[in-house]
Amino acid sequence: MAKKYPVQVKVNGKMKSAEVEPRLLLVHLLRDEFDLTGTHIGCDTSQCGACTVMLDGMAVKSCTILAIQADGAEITTVEGLGSREELHPIQQGFWEKHGLQCGFCTPGVMMAVNGLLQENINPSEAEIREALDGVICRCTGYQFIVKAVQHAAELIREQQSQPVSLENVTTRGDVS
Amino acid sequence: MTQVIGKPIKRKEDPKLITGHGQFTDDIKLPGMLFATMKRSRYAHAKIKRIHTAEALKLPGVMAVYTGKDVQDKIKPIRSIWLVPGCNLIPKDRIPLAVDKVNYAGEAVAMVVAESRYIAYDALELIDVEYEELPVVVDQEAALAEAAPVIYDDVPKNIAFTWKAGDVPEEVFINAEVVVKQRLVEQRVIANPMETRGAVASYNPGSGDLTIWCTTQNPHIHRITYADALGIPETKLRIIAPDMGGGFGAKIAVYTEEALVGLAAMQLKQPVKWVEGRQEHFLATSHARDQVITTELAGTKDGKILAIRAKNIANLGAYLSTMGAGVPTIDFGLMVTGAYDIPYAQAETIGVYTNTTPTDAYRGAGKPEASFQIERMINIFADKIGMDPVEVRKKNLVAKVPYTNAMGCNYDSGDYHGTLAKALEAIDYVGLKKEQEEARKNGRLLGIGISTYVELCGLGPSKVAGAIGFGGGLWENSSIRVHPSGKVTIFTGASPHGQGEGTTFAQVVADKFGIPLEDIEFVSGDTLIISMGWGTYGSRTTPVAGGALSIAADRIVEKAKIIAAHELGVPLEDVEFAKGIFSIKEQPDQQRTFKEIAWSANNAWNLPDGMEPALEGQSFFDPPDFVYPFGAHICVVEVDPDTGMVELKRYVCVDDVGRIINPMIAEGQVHGGLAQGIGQALWEQSVYSDKGQLLSGTFMDYAMPKARFFPMIESSFIESPSPVNPLGAKGIGETGTTAAPSVIVNAVIDALAPYGVKDLPMPLTPEKVWKAIHERSDGQ
Ligand code: FES
Ligand code: FES
Repeated sequence: MAKKYPVQVKVNGKMKSAEVEPRLLLVHLLRDEFDLTGTHIGCDTSQCGACTVMLDGMAVKSCTILAIQADGAEITTVEGLGSREELHPIQQGFWEKHGLQCGFCTPGVMMAVNGLLQENINPSEAEIREALDGVICRCTGYQFIVKAVQHAAELIREQQSQPVSLENVTTRGDVS
Repeated sequence: MTQVIGKPIKRKEDPKLITGHGQFTDDIKLPGMLFATMKRSRYAHAKIKRIHTAEALKLPGVMAVYTGKDVQDKIKPIRSIWLVPGCNLIPKDRIPLAVDKVNYAGEAVAMVVAESRYIAYDALELIDVEYEELPVVVDQEAALAEAAPVIYDDVPKNIAFTWKAGDVPEEVFINAEVVVKQRLVEQRVIANPMETRGAVASYNPGSGDLTIWCTTQNPHIHRITYADALGIPETKLRIIAPDMGGGFGAKIAVYTEEALVGLAAMQLKQPVKWVEGRQEHFLATSHARDQVITTELAGTKDGKILAIRAKNIANLGAYLSTMGAGVPTIDFGLMVTGAYDIPYAQAETIGVYTNTTPTDAYRGAGKPEASFQIERMINIFADKIGMDPVEVRKKNLVAKVPYTNAMGCNYDSGDYHGTLAKALEAIDYVGLKKEQEEARKNGRLLGIGISTYVELCGLGPSKVAGAIGFGGGLWENSSIRVHPSGKVTIFTGASPHGQGEGTTFAQVVADKFGIPLEDIEFVSGDTLIISMGWGTYGSRTTPVAGGALSIAADRIVEKAKIIAAHELGVPLEDVEFAKGIFSIKEQPDQQRTFKEIAWSANNAWNLPDGMEPALEGQSFFDPPDFVYPFGAHICVVEVDPDTGMVELKRYVCVDDVGRIINPMIAEGQVHGGLAQGIGQALWEQSVYSDKGQLLSGTFMDYAMPKARFFPMIESSFIESPSPVNPLGAKGIGETGTTAAPSVIVNAVIDALAPYGVKDLPMPLTPEKVWKAIHERSDGQ
């Protein structure tokens, strides 16, 4: 068996470590070692985006990154986006606008949307559809995902006129 | 309590899914769990000479390697459950691991079980299989040829069955003023739910109980089949469908890997998990459609259709999958006349084995194929007689329901002409025609496409199931348990996996009992908890399981009313029940709440003489007939003559799906189905090389629809309750895949009319469209 290396990451605000083979994918580290199974795997060619997480503030496909590459990084998975009691505006948007059916693609799609909304708080329909190019949803036909994103953007804009800002949504619990 | 049926209620199932707390099969982790992988054949047709497993077994962490010889006397072949009668069917069942011969690329030949996923994959590389290649046939028409390779010695010409329904007297065609004939190809596509298949098996060596969590749309059918295959009593096998990332028909079929994992768990006495990779999914999970349909239509010069005759050559793949025979025969053949009043109809299907992945149901299953051929034929006929395709539709649409089509199907409710009129108005058909005329003058290729589809759903009466060779019933079971606190749990034998019945069923019960939605939980997908059920497919959950739910709820109200009358000391007739309150007529101050009666029923301190305690209701509802959702879909496309790109500019749909419980969920179903139907028309195709290698075996090669491919769909509904179930529902999941392919193709062909293009096979990729434009114009 290949030699193992230590990896330490901050996931959803908590420090976590593991000994991993160099070939271990980040998505497997999250799912199998840390039991964060909200991040899904939908393909093996980096197309579907079901595995998307925030890594140091950027939306990335965790199936395309080795766990050891993430050493020292700060990661937010869907579990860290918001809780049932305190949903993130993106989660709220998806719930209210029926942006999910089976919900399998949803965690990754929401993280990709998080990436978009960090850069563009008022995206047009075309910009939203373009930003969803890295994800595949087989259930919804995307229309209500688009509506969900528009609604989430609206909620975030409302929120931004209040003290808490969007830069701080990457790691819940870290909101300053 | 205000009524919640008909309201766009947010889904109850969402909070766990949007916070990452769903539990899908791959999320299950049990102590001591091992991981299985499958060694799959690289050849489409080959003899297996030897399998060398010693190296793999030496790899540290590998617990076992199984070959076909190891398991052939432990797991029986997995039988197809739909043995269509009267067609000389020769079923070829899948065996768990190939023994002497592989019949398609991707067929499993060995299974590794190891301590971890990575080791299990490593071990696959160490298994060496010696093959002797055999000639390959992948195309169903080629497979029928004289010199074609034969896959099974006892299946001459690779013909699995020859089926026929209906009869058109030859004179009808001979005497007809107009006859048009067209070969239409329903290309092979793949359902591709975003969650691949998977299974986790856990065995208790003390009790002999085996539990398999797996991705299934019909856990009870899986239990019947796997218990039989593994030779254990049905009562010792528990199948659980946890959260599921879509199915679309691909998870109806009963496959082999789940049984293998069960066997491994029993033998190794440790839990075992297997999860398909996406590329593995492309090879190992059923494909769909792949039918070559040649249809002849006889009509009059003024647009009346007299007869339709369809010949379907269906590619079954290498084995007869679970519903493999039923899809291109019954599901297809009964609907070949579409929504039109056509006096004569005939459908013939030849089922053919080839060296490809087996085909089975995919969203619509047979109905999209039937709808595609009739809707294309109407346009081809219209073109031939020089009539507007809308006018031809108006001339032939079913005028009045109930209507019995030439194959004996009873269209249940609704106004077919009114629905078309509504769609024409919504898209401003008259204005659109003018716009098109103008555009053509300017060299722009604008096309209008239409379909007035109908589909057969809500499967279905069990008597019919028996008559058509379906190996089971098609009734459904729902039960409702009212707990002492007045909270309620719904149990159903249907097994939804994204369609939202956890919410819509709660809406039904909330209205029946006058209680808040928060008080209602929903359970499905577990054979230990649910007494029996046939699953979720064929748009049957709301019409059939929902029917059972409605009846079960009524039974509870009936009993609760008796208890209320008893407590209030009045005759039963004097008690009224509305909005959760039992009251006495004309004495509204005398009342009991639903919650109070729930407690009374459960404590049983003071029940009427002879009444049993508790408050539960159950119904096994067997519908008297199928339901027939229908609608009118119209789209506008523009083709770029320089690139061949098809831009979908507008898509309008008006669907009559019976009574709608949650319009937001209903619309979501329409969108999802449309994306798949439009995907089939424009982008998706499963392609094999002549050697039987799947060339479109990843998401890089198989064009899954993306968000930027679509405009906003303009969807609306008409609600004509179906008379065949208590909710009046008709089912909605398959409207999009049934309607969209012909709508889009009709539009693109219309756009290309200036070039004299009469037909093009799906998918209408830019390359194909560009060639159609340029090869013709160059040739002029
Ligand atoms: S699993 Fe990462 S892109 Fe599909
Ligand atoms: S909601 Fe099912 S794949 Fe997107």
